[in-house]
Amino acid sequence: MVKYLYGDYGDREQVKAGSGEVTLGSADWPLWEVFIRSKQGLDHKHVGSLHAADAQMAIENARDVYTRRQEGVSIWVVESKHVHASNPDEAESLYDPANDKIYRHPTFYNLPDELTHM
Amino acid sequence: MNTATETGAIALTPEQVFDSKVDQEIRIEPRDWMPDKYRQTLVRQISQHAHSEIVGMLPEGNWITRAPSLRRKATLIAKVQDEAGHGLYLYSAAETLGTSRTEMIEQLHNGKAKYSSIFNYPTISWADMGAIGWLVDGAAIMNQVPLCRTSYGPYARAMVRICKEESFHQRQGFEILLTLSRGTEAQRHMCQDSINRWWWPSVMMFGPSDDASPHTAQSMKWKIKRFTNDELRQKFVDICAEQVKLLGMTLPDPLLNWNEVRQHYDFGPINWEEFWSVISGNGPCNKERLDARVKAHEEGEWVRQAANAYAKKHRQ
Repeated sequence: MVKYLYGDYGDREQVKAGSGEVTLGSADWPLWEVFIRSKQGLDHKHVGSLHAADAQMAIENARDVYTRRQEGVSIWVVESKHVHASNPDEAESLYDPANDKIYRHPTFYNLPDELTHM
Repeated sequence: MNTATETGAIALTPEQVFDSKVDQEIRIEPRDWMPDKYRQTLVRQISQHAHSEIVGMLPEGNWITRAPSLRRKATLIAKVQDEAGHGLYLYSAAETLGTSRTEMIEQLHNGKAKYSSIFNYPTISWADMGAIGWLVDGAAIMNQVPLCRTSYGPYARAMVRICKEESFHQRQGFEILLTLSRGTEAQRHMCQDSINRWWWPSVMMFGPSDDASPHTAQSMKWKIKRFTNDELRQKFVDICAEQVKLLGMTLPDPLLNWNEVRQHYDFGPINWEEFWSVISGNGPCNKERLDARVKAHEEGEWVRQAANAYAKKHRQ
């Protein structure tokens, strides 16, 4: 079975160009994905990736690389190999069930203009 | 039942899907199908760009200990640290294309990969910190702003981040020159001398002219590049020719002249011989720069190993 890795970043250092095949044996420190909460009340958002020997170093490096101008109040790091992703080639069938259900949107319903507060 | 796709006409080839995404300004993401040449072009361009950021730390690092005030020193350290960050954003973007950090660093160290030839010039006076900020970072910004809309998603995102940070670099550079230009005779002289030395190498930063640039046409078609080298170079000259007046200095080009018909500045011929010579390794500092990078990498080997050993022990 083919393992589909996270679509944006991730085990690319193990994926040979174009082939999608997973190979092992990189001399680099493991790759980590970095997520930052820019302020209290907002979600953590993916900002990029970096190499680090362990989680603690990944957080410290993320602090230096991605928050030099107070861009964050909280950092998550996840080793890229743990992220699984949907396959872009299957996007059509994967999202197809939502295509014909416009009645899920409020604008689908025709109501008189006089109706207020709704 | 899924009739839409069954009746839905002709199946497109991966290349047609790719082309139509590019045409519609839909960004290409790492796991999307892309032509091998597109991937190779991006790996070459992004890694070259990353190397430039990293090697670019060296000429400025040269002045950190000798900055004339604490304010200037703090600024310069912050700027050099930014360049390191920019290198890291870009290496990460390149890695999404299937190359590895190790591979890229190796190619830099063995001379297979290039970096911007501007960093092979020496920084011999404090004014050079100003001229680099104004001219070198100015030229870089001119190149980089359109790259925020480049067709490859991770590269575009890295460039957005970089451009946000880059404008401080240019402003601090101009401020250094402005201060010198209002100083003593010796300081004014230092300012003009630095502009004289950095002007032409900065003009060359846009790369070979369009008729000698082998990659431009294809890169424009793929929307990796949005403007040609010569278009960007002209923009840069037009802007700098005005800005230099604020410094009360001149650009070292006797043929620089406003052309009313073209609504652009005309400028003198570029010394392409110098350009190609510096690119192929014969600039004033090529060897020094590469030696410094290799030395730093080799001397850091024990740190990388120690960190690995520490991480391994803590996993157990």
